[in-house]
This record gives sequence, C-alpha cells and structure tokens, in this order.
Amino acid sequence: MAPKVVLVTGCSRYLGGHLAARFAANPDIERVLGVDTEPPSRDLARRMGRAEFVRADIRNPLIAKVIATAHVDTVVHASVTANPAGPAGRTVMKEMNVIGTMQLLAACQKSPHVRKLVVKSTSAVYGSSSRDPAVFTEEMGPKDLPSSGYAKDAVEVEGYVRGFARRRPDVDVTALRFTNFIGPRIDTVLTRYFALPVVPTVMGYDARVQLLHSEDALAVLERATLHDLPGVYNVGGDGVLMLSQAIRRAGRVSLPVPSAAVPAMGRLFRGARLVDFSPDQMRFLNWGRVVDTTLLKREFGFTPRWTTQQAFDDYVSGRALRPVIDPGLVASVERGVLDLAARFR
Amino acid sequence: MAEARVIPLHGADREGPRRRRAAGAAGQAPGPVPVPEPPSAPDPEPVRELEAEVEVEQGLEQEGTGWERRLADLLAFARRRIQGDYEVDEFGFDPDLTDNVLMPPLRPLYEKWFRVETIGMHNVPGEGGALIVANHSGTLPLDATMTAFAVRADHPKRRHLRMLGADLVFRTPVLGALARKSGQTLACNPDAERLLRSGELVGVWPEGFKGIGKPFKDRYKLQRFGRGGFVSAALNTGVPIIPCSIVGAEEIYPKIGDIKALARLFGFPYFPVTPFFPFLGPLGAIPLPSKWYIEFGEPIRTDVYGEHAADDPMLVFNLTDQVRETIQQTLYRLLTQRRNVFLG
Repeated sequence: MAPKVVLVTGCSRYLGGHLAARFAANPDIERVLGVDTEPPSRDLARRMGRAEFVRADIRNPLIAKVIATAHVDTVVHASVTANPAGPAGRTVMKEMNVIGTMQLLAACQKSPHVRKLVVKSTSAVYGSSSRDPAVFTEEMGPKDLPSSGYAKDAVEVEGYVRGFARRRPDVDVTALRFTNFIGPRIDTVLTRYFALPVVPTVMGYDARVQLLHSEDALAVLERATLHDLPGVYNVGGDGVLMLSQAIRRAGRVSLPVPSAAVPAMGRLFRGARLVDFSPDQMRFLNWGRVVDTTLLKREFGFTPRWTTQQAFDDYVSGRALRPVIDPGLVASVERGVLDLAARFR
Repeated sequence: MAEARVIPLHGADREGPRRRRAAGAAGQAPGPVPVPEPPSAPDPEPVRELEAEVEVEQGLEQEGTGWERRLADLLAFARRRIQGDYEVDEFGFDPDLTDNVLMPPLRPLYEKWFRVETIGMHNVPGEGGALIVANHSGTLPLDATMTAFAVRADHPKRRHLRMLGADLVFRTPVLGALARKSGQTLACNPDAERLLRSGELVGVWPEGFKGIGKPFKDRYKLQRFGRGGFVSAALNTGVPIIPCSIVGAEEIYPKIGDIKALARLFGFPYFPVTPFFPFLGPLGAIPLPSKWYIEFGEPIRTDVYGEHAADDPMLVFNLTDQVRETIQQTLYRLLTQRRNVFLG
C-alpha cells in the first residue's frame, strides 16, 4: 500500500533530508513532513521542495499531536545516529536516540492512522569481537552486549521497536541494519576518519570493513517506505575492504597505535574535534564487521549498486582527497627501476 | 568396538609414500593428468601467477628474462600493496598476500627440513567443498601450516586450504590479523558451513589444544574430537569428510613438561618445556627435523544421510567416531612402516 502522509525524523541530516526530498518529488505521496530539532541547511531545504518542516523535538510529547493531526500513515525514523553534534554531544545523542525513539513509538501507538514504521538501525547491534562468526546473519545476536555508546543505543532502540511491533501487530515494521555509510557528500565518523592525512589504526589488528554507498542507503529506505516489506534486514554493499587496504586506496598513511594507547588517542582526536570515536567504534577498528545480505537481495528485493570497493573509491574521488602517496609517483618509480634493470642486462 | 582391528603392516598404499609425485599422477584417473613438475625447477611458484601480466620482450637472453621478470613481478606486487589494489573476501582472506609473502618461506621448511611426503592427494577433490579433518600435534600448529602448503603446492588444482582456528588465535594481535589474511577463520559452525557452501576446501583440527599440547609420552594418541561440530557442518552442507593423518609433527617439539604458572601469566593454554626450550632460549624454538608423512584418506560421504541428518546426535557421534578411528588406524599403520623418526 502506497503511503499518503509520510513523516521523516532527522530531516536536517543527510539521510533524513534527502529522503524527504525524494518523497516530495513523488506525486503519489500527498504530504511529506520532516521533523528535526534544528532547521535543515538552505541547500537541503531547497532540495526538500514541498516537504513541510516541523521544528519539533521527538523527545517531546508534542510529536504525538503532529502525527495525529496530520493523519500520518507512515513514519520513517531516520534520526538514530552515531554522530554526536559536538564534543559534549554524546549525552544529548543518547537522549535523542533512545528517549526520542520511545516518545515517537508512543505517539505512533496512540495514532490509529499509522500503518507503517521504517527504522534506520545499524549493524553495530551485532557488536564486534574476536569470538564472533565472520559474517552475521539477521538471526544472530552479539556475543557480549555492547555496554556503551551508539551500539548500545541501537540495541535499545531495536528493543523498543520490537515491543511496538508486538503491541501494534497491524503496523508493518521494517528495521534496516545498515553497515557504515560512505559517499562523496555524507558526513560520518568514518568519512572524517579516512580524510585524516595520517590515519591512526590499532597496532596488530586489521578490521574487515563493509560499507554502503549513501545513495544505496537512500534507495533502500525509500523502497522500504513505498512497499510493504516488514522484517529485519541487513543492508551493506557487496565485498569487503581491509582497514589497511582502504587507507592505502585513499592514499593515506596509517599510523599503528599500540592498543593500550588507543583510548588516549581517541580522547585527543575528540578534543581536537577531528574525529569523535566512541569505545564501541574503536572496537570496530580492531575486528570490523561483515553482514550477510542474502535476505536483502532475495526477500527485500534490492541489490546495492555500489560494492564496498566502488563506494569507497567514489568517496575518495568525490571528496577529491589528495593522496599523500601519489599513485603516479609509485608507477613512475616502478617504470624507472625496470628501465634501469633493462640497462644492466 | 566389538572386536580388535587388524592393522595391516604393509597396506595397499605402501609403495605410495616413497614415490609421492608418481603416485599422485597415477592415482588421478579422471580428468586431465597433471604434468608433473620437474623437481629441479627453480621455484616456479610466484612467477606462474603473474605470467599473464608480464610482457615478454622479444630477443631477450634467457637469464635476462628470468631475473627481470621476477623483478617486474616484485615491483607489480609492491605497487598493488601500496595502492591497496587487491581483493579480500568476506572472511578477510587475501590470496595475493598469501601466495606471494606467506607461502614462499614455508617451501624450504616443507621440502628440505621436514621432507614432507603426501599420500593419497587424489582423495582431495579438485573442486567443490570438502572438509579435511586431521590429527593435531607438535606444540605449535606447524602441522596445519604444512597441510595447507601441501594442498597448495602438491594438489594438481593448487587449492587453498581454509583452516578453522581457535578463538585464541584471532584474539592475539598480529597473529590474528595474519591468520585471517591467510584464509583462516574462527572454528564455529556458521563460518564452516558458509565456507563449505561456497565450495571451499576447509581444514579442521578437532582435537584443538588437547591434541596440540599433549605430552610427548601420549604421542599419536588421538584426543577427544571436540563435540562433533565438524560432522554436523559437513552433514548440513553435504560435503565429503577427508580424514587426514599426519606423522612426524609429534616429534618437532617433544613436550616433556608444562609450566602452568607461566601459561596462566601469558594466557596460553600451556607453556611447553622441551629438551631444548626454554633452556637454549631462541635456539630451542628450532623444530627438530623429523620426517613427515601426510596421508589423505578415502573421502567419507555425508550427502547420503538426508536433509536433517545433523539433528540426529547418534549419527553425528557415530560419524565422528568413524573419522577418528580411520585417522588413528592410519597413524598406527604409518608408524609401523616408519623405521626412523628423522630418516623415515
């Protein structure tokens, strides 16, 4: 059933905003409401076109009034995020993620018009450890429950979503567990991390990284909204990059840091407002994480257009990252040595 | 065991161990007969992979092309590594690194030091999934490394052996990362079945630390085979189990003692004492040059038991016992045929 009135949370951020813009461009949808605590940037607002912006905090019961009076039938909860607004933003982020979701779900449960709920979750719910299988399928759980940070938020959010699905069985609930996003325009912890000229890594470890192009992420969220596809799905690009390999592809230099010094390093980077890594994301740098996307392809009916490698290369070229190690130089050194060798023959 | 089994002293394969290459070629009845490599060929391995990429200029001298091509390969490899231009699978397996960096140093160990002879390589299928199950010994898992090298170097299809390792391996820095890059993954059923379904050759050492860390006096006595998880993985995917018996690895580091306090301190399952370690320090870490035999037995089919066979614990126990008995009997036979630990 095609939605008539769609509400998108987190519409001032990249995913929420572009998603609202896509719905606004769809003539089948009567009304698009975008909710966020701060207004979208001017560029994003222009893209969003006829979508209406509602400045509201989803932690506030006011959201229930918005959903009820506008006869919202489809709610896309895209505001759960791993990127705190500032160095002190971690507590606020947790509040927004967990308490915001609780309020939003309470409002959805009260409104009889709501037919569909799409939740942007994360593959971080699987955790990351040495005792995990190499590839996670949807029915697996984490070996140790994440004790803090974004991963814990996401586990709690999914818990509340399951509770909501139990209490409102008439609502189609789709939970999408995304791998890390990458792309030329999206701004995440990981895009900032790879943009550092010297990229700190954990000494003696090399993580397997699976990425998803931001355009694919938008397409998946759009498909989940326009079609009835209830369930939990892993969403990630095909293929894997090793962390060291990704750093090399971006032409960066990696700086292995002994694991004992990693927390201090993290604080340093957070203080300098370069990259804000939470402890669970640091564990991700040790082990990485790969998810199985068979269900996404077979039942959800979506195959990502970009593989992990292609998405990463698109990010590198789209950001115009100037490689610290110039590929041209490497090639010319190779040619030079071979020419020299030919002369000695 | 109702009755005692008779161990044939001179089994059908007796002419095999001595003539490894000849036996391998002769036993390969179906499919094209592989061309046996001349044993004196100067290490063709790293070159072969890259031959297509290298342009061979006309009119070069024979010696000139040899070292020059090798230099070109080396440079191309270095460029790929610097620019991250290689493929890694979802388990983190990096074939480029494995074939060019991790495998070559094993060749002298395999050919000169342990003089490994493989028997029954034709039992290892050329394609499709299969599970190699072997006995574990030797304090350090050199037996696993040598088996992987044997399958890569001596099998006509030059297959990669994807080994299942203990959690400890992947927790350890450097070692864990290297293990993943060389194609290993955690010994758990989801990973094993995923590999087998995608048609990989998987190696497992179900005795685990009980096997590899057993004292020298218990050599060649198989320990408990885990809980039979490997059998259920094979049953679920319908791939054959290939029992593999390794003789010679028990003698490389004869473990005559165990310093429990040090083991606990470092978090190891044991801290071995051999006649030379730790008394001779790093010198004691040199393995003794025992003569090795690796015998791959007849494949045991698992696709004949139907779909939910893995849910039948009795069948899983029986198959586990069958695999274990086969390996134990083969070990006894190989041992009776061996005259000297070091000369074979």
